[in-house]
Amino acid sequence: MSISLSVKTAIEESGNSRENLMSVLQIIRSDLGTLSPAILTEVADQMGLSRADVYGTATFYSFLETTPVGKYSIRICRSISCDMKNKNAVREALENHLFIKKGETTKDGMFTLTETNCLGHCHEGPVMLVNDEIHTELTPDSAVKIIEEIRIREGVDE
Amino acid sequence: MKKMKLYIDNNEVEVMEGTTILEAAQGLNITIPTLCHHEDLCIAGNCRVCVVEVEGSEMLSAACATPVSTGMRIKTNSLKVRDSRRTIIDMLLSEHAGECVTCQRSGNCELQTLAVLYGSPDNHLMDISIKTEPDRSSSSIIKDDSKCIKCQRCVRTCQEIQKIGALTMSGKGEHAKVSTFFELPLNTVVCTNCGQCVIRCPTGALVERTYIDEVWDVIGNSDVHTVVQTAPAVRVGLGEALGHDAGGRFTGQMVSALRKLGFDAVFDTNFTADLTIIEEGSELLNRLTNVIKGSGEALLPMFTSCSPGWIKFIEHQFPHLLGHLSTCKSPQQMFGALAKTRWSEKAQIEPEKISSISIMPCTAKKFEAARPEMNDSGYRDVDYVLTTRELAKMIKQAGIDFDKLDESECDSLLGKHSGAAVIFGATGGVMEAAIRTVYELVTGRPVPFENLNITAVRGMEGIREATLRIEGTVEKYNFLEGVELKVAVAHGLKNANAIMELVSQGSAPWHFVEVMACPGGCLSGGGQPIPTSPEIREARARAIYEEDESLPIRKSHENPEITRIYEEFLTDGPCGHKSHHLLHTHYTPRR
Ligand code: SF4
Ligand code: SF4
Ligand code: SF4
Repeated sequence: MSISLSVKTAIEESGNSRENLMSVLQIIRSDLGTLSPAILTEVADQMGLSRADVYGTATFYSFLETTPVGKYSIRICRSISCDMKNKNAVREALENHLFIKKGETTKDGMFTLTETNCLGHCHEGPVMLVNDEIHTELTPDSAVKIIEEIRIREGVDE
Repeated sequence: MKKMKLYIDNNEVEVMEGTTILEAAQGLNITIPTLCHHEDLCIAGNCRVCVVEVEGSEMLSAACATPVSTGMRIKTNSLKVRDSRRTIIDMLLSEHAGECVTCQRSGNCELQTLAVLYGSPDNHLMDISIKTEPDRSSSSIIKDDSKCIKCQRCVRTCQEIQKIGALTMSGKGEHAKVSTFFELPLNTVVCTNCGQCVIRCPTGALVERTYIDEVWDVIGNSDVHTVVQTAPAVRVGLGEALGHDAGGRFTGQMVSALRKLGFDAVFDTNFTADLTIIEEGSELLNRLTNVIKGSGEALLPMFTSCSPGWIKFIEHQFPHLLGHLSTCKSPQQMFGALAKTRWSEKAQIEPEKISSISIMPCTAKKFEAARPEMNDSGYRDVDYVLTTRELAKMIKQAGIDFDKLDESECDSLLGKHSGAAVIFGATGGVMEAAIRTVYELVTGRPVPFENLNITAVRGMEGIREATLRIEGTVEKYNFLEGVELKVAVAHGLKNANAIMELVSQGSAPWHFVEVMACPGGCLSGGGQPIPTSPEIREARARAIYEEDESLPIRKSHENPEITRIYEEFLTDGPCGHKSHHLLHTHYTPRR
């Protein structure tokens, strides 16, 4: 779908006032992927908002990415419970395995690794979200294994 | 509305329902410190510096955001309040990568004042400040996030007063920051350079880009002939930056100070304000002639073109209406073009040896001077633009005792001016000046208002309209007999936006519209002394109109130096070939 059509449809679905902005952005994020400058400009123009305002709103929500992300977004919970259950070890294991640092995307564009605020599974920490799927009670090894399985599914060679 | 009685620090006070604790305290002359609060802006309540204790409540309340209730007992200076205030300020400082000794706002910084007054003498909090490279891309404004306390006054200013929305808060928590769209450099976004955010920023996070050193360099270079002009609003603002209350007029002392600073020729932007009236008035009459006589195409309403923030606003937001803009350059730029042509000829100094400097109440003028359209003299028409604040700083640097200066007058040729030029500094002033001249040109009689004061276009109402019936025309203009000249005045870009929507829809009834980008007009431009408030703007406006009334000549067309320039230099008359080349221009759309 073209950017302008996708934006138009999202606005028709959600409404065209400022309080609908977040829901418009959510729809477009799932339709078009990362919210690029071109997309947010179109949203601003069609909704009669300032571009900066739309950008500010998008950046408030970590799930509305404004910078390019991989096909799989790995988000490790950084809140205090997961932190106390050693989420740093999980993160480091993934960093080493994927050859990227937190905030980066693998060269093949497959994985992006980030930390996020509480995912609501404090009793089963440490947890991570891979796209929409939650993985709980992780260890460094189990986290790496989950990523490995995805690689195999995607048919990517090591 | 109900009246409510309450007690602040054991003082009884009665206020209207809906009053905030802060306002009630102000009524008792009790100062509660604030940072994110600003009289011109909506309540944000995000800095918490104004917390007070309300009896019966565990939590402290933000005085700026809490409405009073009957019987409330408030403590503004209890131990608990003092402790919290200190913690809040200490926390702000722990994130603040500032160096007061090199900061442009030092001495006039609200954060610094509060830190000195209320902060701990020995801030024990961990330093978590992050020093980032300031955005220096704009010719007008520097944005230094390291010094930002995230009060969002700038965001609110740009959105509420200007309706531009160039700035936003991006991210959240410790990552929150004041951002442009995708962190683009300021000079590539919709920012108009108006500087309204600068005069409302409590810290040094937003400041004007300064050119003081460059100006000292040319003053000190004996091969360079420096020519200076000062805008009308500077003379009613300068005093504030030098320790006086708002509302003082310092024209004569300012001229003396400029000579003492070493400028070779001291002139007045007011001269070219008068010239603007002749050129713009003629353009208006030409457009009216074309429309009424049906002899050609002309876009009405015509918009004034003196305010560079307003021009950049149209370029971005209403590019299809650029044809409505008067083609006249602003007085600053007309002056620049004449400094390197007319003055160069008269003074027999080659234009390449002339440095043309202007003192402006405005940050957008710095951008305007750097525009590619502004080189019609064959050189850059205005080399450096300083704000009123920068001039005050130079006066202090030079050790000049401003208050002891005698008054003196500008040099002649580009220095004489009328009262009509002075009022260019206030919203409605360009309109009033234009009407004084156009009406007289068309009817041969002065405007039918007591003492030439066209009060209908004065004041601080966001948009003002007036209608003037033209009667008893001279022969040349008898096609205007009985025409009702309809005009409008808007200040602040939010109001300009409302006007433009109407023009865009084709439902604007006016012939002539004046817009100034800043609320109050130039007198509260982004280059004027900080702070600004409704009272300060009123006081400066009063000073402007007093100055007008104090002058022997009150109409632009009666300025003898104006008559002379058309006799000797612009010999093909107003809007003639030569003035078109030097004094007029066109602008182009931007995204
Ligand atoms: S912003 Fe204020 S406190 Fe910070 S360095 Fe500048 S003067 Fe000092
Ligand atoms: S200078 Fe004016 S337009 Fe630019 S960010 Fe500041 S308030 Fe907005
Ligand atoms: S730039 Fe200034 S006005 Fe804007 S949020 Fe920061 S400190 Fe406040």
